[in-house]
Amino acid sequence: MSSIYKKEMKILFSGMMGFIFIALMLVVVGIFMRVYNLGGAYSLSNFEYSLNGGIWAYLVVVPVLTMRAMAEETRSRTDQLLFTSPVSMAEIVLGKYLAMLTVVGVPCLLFCLYPMLYSAYGEVNFATAYAGILAYFLLGAMLISIGLFVSTLTDSQIIAAVITFAVVLMGLLMSSIISLVESSSFASLAVFTAIAALLMLLVKIMTKSWPAALIAAGVLEAAVLVIFFVDSTILETALTSMLGAVAVFQMLEGILYDGLVDLTVYFYFISVTVLFLFLSVQSLEKRRWS
Amino acid sequence: MIEVKHLTKIYNGGVKAVDDISFTIEPGKIYGFLGPNGAGKSTTMNIITGYLAATSGTVTINGFDIYRDAKKAKACIGYLPEQPPLYQELTPREYLEICAGLKHVPKAKRAAQIKDAVKRTGLEKMQDRLIRSLSKGYKQRVGLAQALIGDPDIIILDEPTVGLDPIQIIEIRDLIKSLKKKHTVILSSHILSEIEEICDSIIIIDKGRLKANNSTENIGNARDREVLLMTVRGKQAAARSVILGAAGDKVKIGFRESAEPGCIDIKLEHEAGLDLREELSYAFAMARIPVLAMSKSNVSLEDVFIEYTTGGKSDEPTADAGAGPGGPAEDKPGEAPEENAAAPGADAGREEDDQ
Repeated sequence: MSSIYKKEMKILFSGMMGFIFIALMLVVVGIFMRVYNLGGAYSLSNFEYSLNGGIWAYLVVVPVLTMRAMAEETRSRTDQLLFTSPVSMAEIVLGKYLAMLTVVGVPCLLFCLYPMLYSAYGEVNFATAYAGILAYFLLGAMLISIGLFVSTLTDSQIIAAVITFAVVLMGLLMSSIISLVESSSFASLAVFTAIAALLMLLVKIMTKSWPAALIAAGVLEAAVLVIFFVDSTILETALTSMLGAVAVFQMLEGILYDGLVDLTVYFYFISVTVLFLFLSVQSLEKRRWS
Repeated sequence: MIEVKHLTKIYNGGVKAVDDISFTIEPGKIYGFLGPNGAGKSTTMNIITGYLAATSGTVTINGFDIYRDAKKAKACIGYLPEQPPLYQELTPREYLEICAGLKHVPKAKRAAQIKDAVKRTGLEKMQDRLIRSLSKGYKQRVGLAQALIGDPDIIILDEPTVGLDPIQIIEIRDLIKSLKKKHTVILSSHILSEIEEICDSIIIIDKGRLKANNSTENIGNARDREVLLMTVRGKQAAARSVILGAAGDKVKIGFRESAEPGCIDIKLEHEAGLDLREELSYAFAMARIPVLAMSKSNVSLEDVFIEYTTGGKSDEPTADAGAGPGGPAEDKPGEAPEENAAAPGADAGREEDDQ
């Protein structure tokens, strides 16, 4: 694992790429610092407010950082070196993941200095500040694991970047989308039907078997229909709560803005990270069999 | 030692790339892996090295199963794939350091091993340039150096001399021959003369099936027919009647326009052990048809290869190929000597008579 990590770090930092990502995150957060913390209209000592602006950095950093992770190896056939070396698939995935995590970790470590600096000039609530930085870092960790997974699915960096960008963007916009969604059982029914159709396509593509796809979609659709006809009130809030479950930036905002350190959010970020790392390993394993 | 048993690989689209192949690789020898494009050479190598998983069948490397004991099995192998797996943004030195780490070479031995691999592949002057800026030949050498790192028992090379200039090819061939002392080598190639020159044993596969597995010598002897090549000045019909007069139905005749104007190339195929040269030269002299060149061609590996891959000849991996020759594909009389596209670089034996 350490040799994969070293290799990734060497490639990230032998050019400018790694430095640019770190600089970008510092600049984006820095701009919000100028507005919220350093003079100006607000002059607040809460670093977490600036950090909440810094979430926009992820929209660029995560897709571009993760797009090359596996896609580039597949395209240039260097995966043949990795997969024929005496290292396990999990080590390969973890080595790559930790290298990308380092790129996001360096600015987060630097952020840790800011509240201390502020404390020299005003009163700082260290607990919320550091809890905020940790949540911000864990969100990044989660998004990178998703990006890494997407990168294992394709040999095109562009496709990987676009899909990951769309995922991060959806996460960012989800809170606005939720407010637009109608809370009616019929709207839920329509959306769940659409999801069943998407599921069917996905299963078809992955297993190349129509019966499996039809069964998967049919079970979901039947369940939704049964609920709709038996007790349609259940469906009224189903859609918004489902969307709320993936509104990751909104969860972070709860910690950063409201100062409510909700442990379930941390747990959520970590579990999704583990899930996608696991999926990445499985996705690479699967490629050997196809 | 590698044991491959009933290996089958069916790709997702239903293409059967490898079909029930079994063979054993003995230590301390150089094996040539031979087959036309798309025969399944690279797929087989990719499965042996653990890059791909087989649909069915097993591969054991020094007693370790490549799937269940993957780490131990992979540690025994150095692999140079068809396209060298290089990180373009690194220098050869950095790249080889990473490879040494990947192959768990102890830290104390790393510097010495890298130095050795660099020296053997002639990369000394290039080791601090970016791989991106190296020529194709040097990239190939970096890939080869990578396969040597870790001092593996078995070295598998997929077309190692492709893209090299003639001098480099000779150097790499000598390097491969020198590996034999300490390693078992498997290499694939389209260049038959190369296989004939360096390999102790040959495995021929075609359309995913094993066609032959025997020592180079035995495969060379597997012929039951010999070829006589001639260039004469004159007309085809006249030459044909002379040959028929001298040799009757003992030969199969093929004609082709010679490169020299007014001349024709003749390819005569006859049973092994029959020498018609004297009779033919007298007969042509009597007919006042000048013979410009005549040579008994050692049936090269190329002919054997074509026989195995197009003529349906096949022997069991254990059978003694020299003892049980099957008939080659029937050529139509009068057909031009075949120029097989699957065997570039190996027709030197034929062409040199066309002066």
